[in-house]
Amino acid sequence: MTVGRTWLRPLALGLAALLLSATAVPAEMVLHRGNGTEPETLDPHKSTGVTENAIENDLFEGLVTFSADGRNIPGVATSWDISDDGKVYTFHLRPDAKWSNGDALTAEDFVYSFRRAVDPKTASDYAPILAPIVNAEAAIGGEADPTTLGVKAVDPETLEITLNASTPYFIGLLSHNIAFPVHKATVEKFGDQWTRPGNMVSNGAFTMADWVPQSQVTVVKNPLFHDAANVKLDKIVFYPTEDLQEELKRYRAGELDITYDVPSEQVKWLEENMASEFHNTPYLGTYYYVINLTKAPLGDQASLRRALSLALDREIMTEKITQAGEIPAYSWVPPNIEGYQQQFLDFKEMSKEERLAEAAKLLAEAGYGPQNPLKVELLYNTSENHKKIAVAAAAMWKPLGIDLALTNQEWKVYLDTRDNKNFQIARAAWIGDFADPINFLDMFLSNAGERNDAGYSNPKYDELLKQAAVTAEPAARMTLLEEAEKLFLADNALIPIYHYTTQHMLSPKLAGWEFNILDVHLGRYMSIAS
Amino acid sequence: MLTYALKRLLGAIPTLFVIIAITFVMIRMAPGGPFDKERRVSPQVEANLNAAYHLDEPLLAQFGRYLGGLLRGDFGPSFQYKDFTVTELILGGFPTSLMIGGIAMAIALVLGIGLGMLAALRQNSAVDYAAMGFTMLGIAVPNFVVAPLLTLVFGLTLRWLPVGGWGAGAFSPAHMVLPILALALPQLAAIARLTRGSMIEVLGSNYVRTARAKGLPERITLTRHAIKATLPPLVSYLGPATAGIITGSIIVEQIFGIPGIGRYFVQAALNRDYTLVMGVTIFYGALIILLNLVADLLYGVLDPKVRYD
Repeated sequence: MTVGRTWLRPLALGLAALLLSATAVPAEMVLHRGNGTEPETLDPHKSTGVTENAIENDLFEGLVTFSADGRNIPGVATSWDISDDGKVYTFHLRPDAKWSNGDALTAEDFVYSFRRAVDPKTASDYAPILAPIVNAEAAIGGEADPTTLGVKAVDPETLEITLNASTPYFIGLLSHNIAFPVHKATVEKFGDQWTRPGNMVSNGAFTMADWVPQSQVTVVKNPLFHDAANVKLDKIVFYPTEDLQEELKRYRAGELDITYDVPSEQVKWLEENMASEFHNTPYLGTYYYVINLTKAPLGDQASLRRALSLALDREIMTEKITQAGEIPAYSWVPPNIEGYQQQFLDFKEMSKEERLAEAAKLLAEAGYGPQNPLKVELLYNTSENHKKIAVAAAAMWKPLGIDLALTNQEWKVYLDTRDNKNFQIARAAWIGDFADPINFLDMFLSNAGERNDAGYSNPKYDELLKQAAVTAEPAARMTLLEEAEKLFLADNALIPIYHYTTQHMLSPKLAGWEFNILDVHLGRYMSIAS
Repeated sequence: MLTYALKRLLGAIPTLFVIIAITFVMIRMAPGGPFDKERRVSPQVEANLNAAYHLDEPLLAQFGRYLGGLLRGDFGPSFQYKDFTVTELILGGFPTSLMIGGIAMAIALVLGIGLGMLAALRQNSAVDYAAMGFTMLGIAVPNFVVAPLLTLVFGLTLRWLPVGGWGAGAFSPAHMVLPILALALPQLAAIARLTRGSMIEVLGSNYVRTARAKGLPERITLTRHAIKATLPPLVSYLGPATAGIITGSIIVEQIFGIPGIGRYFVQAALNRDYTLVMGVTIFYGALIILLNLVADLLYGVLDPKVRYD
């Protein structure tokens, strides 16, 4: 068996080398983090996903950044002044702000970066987040030159941003990756390849060390970061972990310190057996069924939509079907947004029996019942989880005389069908980009285009949001948004099912991870005990 | 033989062109596009994206642009992995897939042929039944069952080997053992069954009977006459099978976290990453053509009846 022997030798050598390296090198603090999927790009102006954002938050720092618990705190800007009309923001930058190659980071860098983000040539998905800035929308649309953008360097340490209107949540937008600075000379020199190891110059707590697509991204501590003295980790390795079962095994075998997620079918087991390491916390997202208001009969009969929503038992959904600790949803905007009073569907406090009785009554009034069932079709993208929920919904609606036909389509086909409004009810989900209700509510403005899947149009709703947009006083603004959501919920354009939670396995050796609804966790706050 | 090989390679060019044309049209006929996401982009952004990737041009112009790029060896940028070109993704992942796939195939070949012959020689004995039972299992139990089982037993329970990963990009044999096993098992089983069937047929043939009747020692009969005749059916199986195994497997790669190219075949299509779909299809097509040619040439070596003209 020569095959076996030639096999064992490199194996033994490899193991020996591994052991040697583990003992010889002085203890380096390395964090191994499961990160879901392979990043599509690490260019902060082009990326769109959660996995990219997790890495970029360690590589870059915007004017504003996140504290360990997810609040907005000064980043490159140490402070800022807001003009009385709320339209002009003056940022005072750190005099010691540096790029990882030693160059000084100045207000000009931000001017370049914001212009690049809105430049049509950059083709950024998330550029519209910057829409509150003067001329941003026109620049994205190619109608104005990016140099006309309302961002100006007063001097190297002072940046002035002018907005179209007072935007109370503007500071929150600046911690988004679309507002991160990029190094002009590097971008211009390397083009699309500027994010590669060896090329990338960044300004965050860590710098790019290695990127093997589909294997790992390694970042190392940046000694030039302004708070480097308090950064404990020497290195973070991000792994794409598409198979959640295997990710959990890797965690249990000690290969990962943090998992991206956990397999939902294991949640019960984890709660019973690894409770201290399993963490399940609220997330800024809602899973819902959207109703196409442009199609009869659901579109023109609000009472039918209400009946569907009444008869959907959200508690059974989360406790018996999804079983991963989700929160039953009676709202569109998820809970825990600072300053926002959560709004609920008015039947939240009704008992199950009362809800079913009302639903049956509404259906009967419209001429439907077990003898003459209402036929509706539900569209969802092919997935076991969505199917389970859809089957449960069909079973809940059936006794009332609602015949639900299930249609599943592959992801991109489903998106296409949804965009073309070729559905009656469709499964959908929304995870907030920033912690403000507007990020949920503005989807249903009558002019929101494809994002408004329901085809919802209510002048009063539009008016409330318009008013909120020009209301600078935070509490008054929130009141207007609350009113808008209340109105929206009453129209039953969608059926909220549950609010997401995030689930991670966290090593007992990990410190510095704090929970927040945005689920952002910067490496600069974390450490690993040996 | 050289003229034959050259002729075959030249003949491959129209074949590849047809593959390119059909794939190009088919992937674009699929509903949805590369930039459709849960968060719908605004019409302006969509226009910007389409312009940046030349998707706003007429289809024929896009096809011409693509072919022009191909002639210069440029497979275009990936729509999904925006920081890399398709060439980089394929060339970056292929060595990994080639290495574990190649080793798996070599192991499957040696053990599979050995097991198949053993079973053929001891036909209808306990050894035969055990070997065929084992290979039946190897074929019937899919990768997505075997691989998690391997990680559970050797990675998590026994802790002999890492559960997944690729060892910091460096050469790490420990990370290769389980994926190679998972890849080799079904191939080993298929090869063993093919070998057994072919060998039984050969052992019953007239010339083997003649050799035995002439009193040739069994060892010589087998090594000099039987084995060589057993191989041809195997060789025709090995062409496409090798192309398949060295271009990776999405299941094995995702489960073990291996940076190969197998995942791109599936993901690129699901993501409507047009250029990556084209890239891996052309790559795989070319590889199949090449390996089938090698198999046909090997045929000539093994079977004197085959002539190339």
